[in-house]
This record gives sequence, structure tokens and C-alpha cells, in this order.
Amino acid sequence: MLETIWFVLWGVLWAVYFMLDGFDFGVGMLMPFLARNDEEKRVMYQSLGPFWDGNEVWLITAGGVTFAAFPLMYAVMFSSLYSALMLVLFALIFRAVSLEFRNQKEGPRWRAAWDLGTFLGSLLPALLLGIAFGNIFQGIPIDGEGVYHGTLLTLLNPYGLLTGVVFVLLFLVHGAIWQAIKAEGDLHQRSLSAAKKIWPVLLLVAVVFLGATRFATGLWNNYLKEPLLLAIPLLAVAGLLLTRIFLAQASCWKAWFASCVTIVGCTLFGVVGLYPTMLPSSLNTDYSLTAFNSASTPLTLKIMLVVALIFVPIVIAYQTWVFVLFKDKVTKEDLAHEAY
Amino acid sequence: MDVLMLSRLQFAAATMFHFLFVPLTLGLSILIAIMETQYVRTGDEDYIRMAKFWGKLFLINFAVGVVTGITLEFQFGTNWSRYSAYVGDIFGSLLAIEATVTFFLESTFIAVWHFGWKRLSPKLHCLSIWLVAFAGSLSGVWILIANTWMQYPVGYTINEVSGRAEMTDFMAVVTQPFAFIQILHTLTAAYCLAGFFVMGVSAYHLLRKQNTRFFGKSFRLALYFALIFSIGAALMGDFSGQQVASKQPSKLAALESHWETQTNAPFVMFFIPDEENERNLYEFGSIPGGLSLLAFHSTKAEVTGLKDIPPDERPPVALTFVAFRIMVLLGGLFLLLTGVGWLLRNKLEDNPWYLRIMLFAIPLPYVAIQSGWIVTEVGRQPWIVYKLMKTSDAVSPIATSQVLPSLIAFILVYSLLGCVAYYLIFQFARKGPAPAKAGD
Repeated sequence: MLETIWFVLWGVLWAVYFMLDGFDFGVGMLMPFLARNDEEKRVMYQSLGPFWDGNEVWLITAGGVTFAAFPLMYAVMFSSLYSALMLVLFALIFRAVSLEFRNQKEGPRWRAAWDLGTFLGSLLPALLLGIAFGNIFQGIPIDGEGVYHGTLLTLLNPYGLLTGVVFVLLFLVHGAIWQAIKAEGDLHQRSLSAAKKIWPVLLLVAVVFLGATRFATGLWNNYLKEPLLLAIPLLAVAGLLLTRIFLAQASCWKAWFASCVTIVGCTLFGVVGLYPTMLPSSLNTDYSLTAFNSASTPLTLKIMLVVALIFVPIVIAYQTWVFVLFKDKVTKEDLAHEAY
Repeated sequence: MDVLMLSRLQFAAATMFHFLFVPLTLGLSILIAIMETQYVRTGDEDYIRMAKFWGKLFLINFAVGVVTGITLEFQFGTNWSRYSAYVGDIFGSLLAIEATVTFFLESTFIAVWHFGWKRLSPKLHCLSIWLVAFAGSLSGVWILIANTWMQYPVGYTINEVSGRAEMTDFMAVVTQPFAFIQILHTLTAAYCLAGFFVMGVSAYHLLRKQNTRFFGKSFRLALYFALIFSIGAALMGDFSGQQVASKQPSKLAALESHWETQTNAPFVMFFIPDEENERNLYEFGSIPGGLSLLAFHSTKAEVTGLKDIPPDERPPVALTFVAFRIMVLLGGLFLLLTGVGWLLRNKLEDNPWYLRIMLFAIPLPYVAIQSGWIVTEVGRQPWIVYKLMKTSDAVSPIATSQVLPSLIAFILVYSLLGCVAYYLIFQFARKGPAPAKAGD
């Protein structure tokens, strides 16, 4: 039971991480295409400024919880995906320092260099985390000792890449809507129309993904066994459709919340489909890691649960407060103030 | 080089680089919080300018500390997967608690502080930096509890079936006295470092007679802070030494390069360890019973010598020994410098020689803190968890062809990062504060 609770919480943590850092990645990827001048770029940077750091902590927590609740999974997954994870980490480093350092100094070369860091630092983690999750969904070649028999290239299989593209597109739409919320004037219009233009591509790729999932993975089995669970993928689909409807009405906040639901729904679709497996072995299902064979002791899971039940609601409360505090559009005055 | 050595180098490089930025974050956040509190209490505009000037340096430093912390957490899984599987039940949960309880708080409120000048009342704005400061130090508390568990594991049992360490007593893990002392020693040292940083930068401007009121205030505040915490760090260092003596005899023997088990063990001021022949060369200035007295507060106490520790369980002696000597000498120097500063506190500008010393003293606490970590971590070798698991058994089953490129990438990326961060810090530090009354 405790293992199942933590399995669900583990999935929720990743889902929330993608929902939050997803718009940071989206804005970062869109920056070269949406911003026409330095001022618009600064608006885009300010749209992320108060949020990205708090968002990224969800990744750290997801990592920490994997370590604490499912140490074996943490050990095998992280060492198996070694090179991919290192790339994600370096990309995240570049993104963070680009976001923080870019506007500390004037100068076109200084700023252009960090703009590149922001773009690559947003694209690479989005793509690679998608590829990583695609491979987790379909299984990776691990043996009974948890030793990975593959290379970085093993991960770049069609289904893995497809999942990577799904992540990138989800975050692009998510980020474009966020930028529409935070920007005024032309940038607002351009962001809104970018979201509308990318949306059909996302829809198409999502349909292909759901179909491919049937053949490449065992994710659908849980849903066929327990049809009530179909509510999760249906939620994702509903979120996706609502996103477009709200975009047509230019109701940005509603569209953004619908996009949040889509991302959470997609992540949970994968995670619930995996249950109770966490990391399937493509060599032999006996070698697969599950919530039960890789979990910590009941005592640790209980202590962690108490900590989570007390502190996660507090975190959600103050992070929500921060979103409300900085909900307004970035103005010229905000930009003037940035250099204080 | 094999995967073990490459992974050790990578972790060492990543940790030491991370810890170039963390101590300043820990201490400077408190100093800024004090400055802003002074502003809220007195309305003195100088204090809000101080909070903004030091805050700018703080934010650059903080960003690098954050990004380099993530790689540490993930490296336990990527490079030390056998260790992670073995201790995840205990060590992993401490890291997860740290992220949930403190890191969210710190990262969320630093953004509130950075972007909230116009949106929050002065009191709420001041509260946000106090939350950052509190969360920063509390995060250190959890990390040091986790680290101390590697130094002296308690509250666990080894599961016969899975062969993994499992938690039996959470309270024993979080309340062990050794951890308490490590926390105080590390935090006081970090606060001391931040004090020296602020004093050094202020000295630069005082020497040039720029913004003398502004930097005089900054200097004095940092001086009191550094004085208190140099004393604290030294005291805690002594307590920490006693803990090491009773709980990690092999580390004590290594950091003193002490070969023969004996009571009334002498403390030797200077010598050169000769590991190959299990002896020391050129011993000079021996104080009979000194080591027994320092380590156990009794000259009659027996100190285990390295010869009584199997060779494959001895830490590298020379490095541990040298790092310990550097740390202690610098700790003494900090007491001296802050003590002199206290005497000169009202005539700083008349004593440029002192200001010049303080300017050039900025790197010294960094050296001391890094040496302290070398003592702690190298002195723990060959164990990753003292007496439970060897470092060589902890490494991931991965290929050299993976670790070598990542190590090279770490060195390149971190060098670039360090250069840019210190270039910015240096520039802004030299530029000084924004003129009074310009905007806010």
C-alpha cells in the first residue's frame, strides 16, 4: 500500500515538474522566434524570472523522492541513462545561468551568447527528458543486476524520439500561452498565434504517439484491465481540446490551465500505465524494477509520507501565492527596474 | 584511469566547485537580511542601498550555487549507484526531506525578494530575505546530517536478505551529536567566510575613499559578524575534533600523521609525513601529551596510531594532514584578523595597512573551508560509509567511455561558469552601489 502511494506521488511529482518547468522550456525554445528586439527578449526573460527557480526544485524533489522511496530504481535508472542525464544537467546549468546572467550586462555579443544558452538549455532538457520517459515506458536493456546493456544511441529509438517530440510540442504550446499571458501588444499577439499554429502539430503527433504506445509499450494493458482509469488519458485529451477552444476565445489563463491539465494527464497516463513497474527490462520482464522490489522500508516510506503530507501543501500554498503576486503582464516599468 | 578514480575526481570537482558558492550564500543572505531589517527599523536609506548592492552580488553567487547543487544530487545515482541502492533508505530520505522542506522555500523566496521590491511592503520584502537565509542554513542542516551519517552511521540495520542498510531509528539519525557539531562548525565557518567577503570588498572601496560611509557601515557589520563566527568556528572545530577522535580513529591518525598507538600522545608542530616507511621526517616542536589532550581532553588518553589500522583501511595521510594544518592555521589567523579589526573598529580609514590585509584576505576563508572538506571527505577514505561500505564497492557499473567525457565536460563547463560568475561579481563589487536617491 505504502509503495503504491509513493508510486502515485512519484508520478505526480514528475507531472507537476513538467507542468511548471514546461512553460519555462517553451518560452526558452520560442525566444529566437517570438522576440523581434532586445526589449521583447527582456520581456520574455522577465516572464520567467520569478518562477523558473522554484519550478526547477520540483525536479530536484522528484529526483530526491526517487532516491528516498525507490533507491534501486534511482540507482539503476540514473546509471543506465548516464550520458543522457549528464546532457540534461549541463543543459539545465546553461539555461539557469543564461536566465540569470543575460541581462546583467549590456552588449550584443554577451547577450547573444546567453540567448543561445537559453534556447539550447530549454530545447535539450525538454527533448531528452521526453526521450528518457519514452524509454522508461517501453523498457530498457537492464539485466538482473541492474546493469545497463546499451549506449546513448540505444535510447534514440523511434518511440523514444517520438516521446521526445511530444514533450517538446507540449512545452512549446504551454510556453507560448504563458508568454501570451505575460506580454502586451505585438509580442502578446505573436505568442497567441504561435500557440494556435503549433497546436495542430501537437494534436497530430499526440494521436500518433497514443497509437504507437499500443505497439511499443504495455502501457495500455492497465487501462484495458481497469477501464475506469481511462479517465486519465481522456482528461489529457479534454485538456488538449479545451486548450484550443480557449485559445480561440483568447482566454489565455484558461487555455494555460487546460494546457496544464494536458501535461499532467499525459505524464500520469504513462506512469499509471506502467504500474506497478517503474523501469521495465527489455531483456526479461523478471529483471524489471517495480514499486515493490525497489522500494525503501515501510519505516522510511512512512516518515517521508508524513513529511510530504505536511510540507507539500505548504509549498503549493506559497508557490501559488508567488504566481498570484507576479500574475500581471511584464511592463516597461518592470524592465527599467530590473537593473536596479 | 578506471571508473572509480574518474568518478571520485568528478564528484570531488563538482562538490568543491559547488562549495565555492554555497558558504557565501549562507552567510551573505543573513547579512543582507540584517541590513534590510535595519532599514525597516530605522528608515536609514543607506541600509536599503546596502541590501541592494550586496544583494546583486548575492544573486550571481546564488545562481551558480543552485545549478551546481543539482548535479551533485544526481551524481549519487549516475556514478554511485551501488551506494545509492545500499543507503537510499536513509541517505536518500534525508536528501528528499532537504528538497521538500528547505529548497523550495529558498528558491521560491529568493525570486520574491529579487522581483518583489515594488510589489511587497518593506516588512514583507524583508521577511522574504529572512526566509531565504533561514532556508539556506536549514538546508545545510539536512545535508550535513546526511554527510555525518556517512562519517558515523547510526540508527540502521543491515538487511540480511537484500544486503542493504535500512533505517531503524530516524530520530537517532537526525539527533546524533556528531551531526550537530558538524552543522555548527560548517555553518559558523560559512558565516565567517561571508563576513570576510564583505569586509574585503568594503576595504577595497575604503582604501579608495569611495562611498566611505556606506562601506564603513558594511565593513563594521561584517566585522562583528565574522568576529563572532570565527570564534564559533574555532570552538566547534575543537568539538568536531573530539568527535572525530572518538568516532573515526583512522581519520584522527591521518590528520595528525600519527603512527604509533600510545597514551600521552604528543602534538607535533611541524614534520613531513613519510607514508611509505610509516613514519614522519623532521619532527619539530613536540608537545608531550598534546595530541591526547586536544583529541580527548586528557593527556592519559590513548590515541590509535596508523600502524594499528590495516593498510587497506588507512586514508591518504599526506593530503589529510596538510589540509588539516592549513584549516587550523587559517582559523587562527581569522581570530587574529577579526580581533585586530575589533580594536581598530572606529579608525578603520586611518589604518590602510589593515584594510589592505583584509582585501587580500578574501580568498583565505575559501581555502580554509575547502581544506576542511578535504579533511572530512579524504579522511573518511577508503570508506564511503565509515566501516560499512568501501568507496570502491560503491561505484556504478558503467564504462570509462561514459565517465571520461562527463568529467571533461564538468571541468570545461565549470571553469567557464566560474570565470563568468567571478567576472560579474568582481565587476559589480568594484563598481560599488548605485548612487543614493536614484530611483529607489
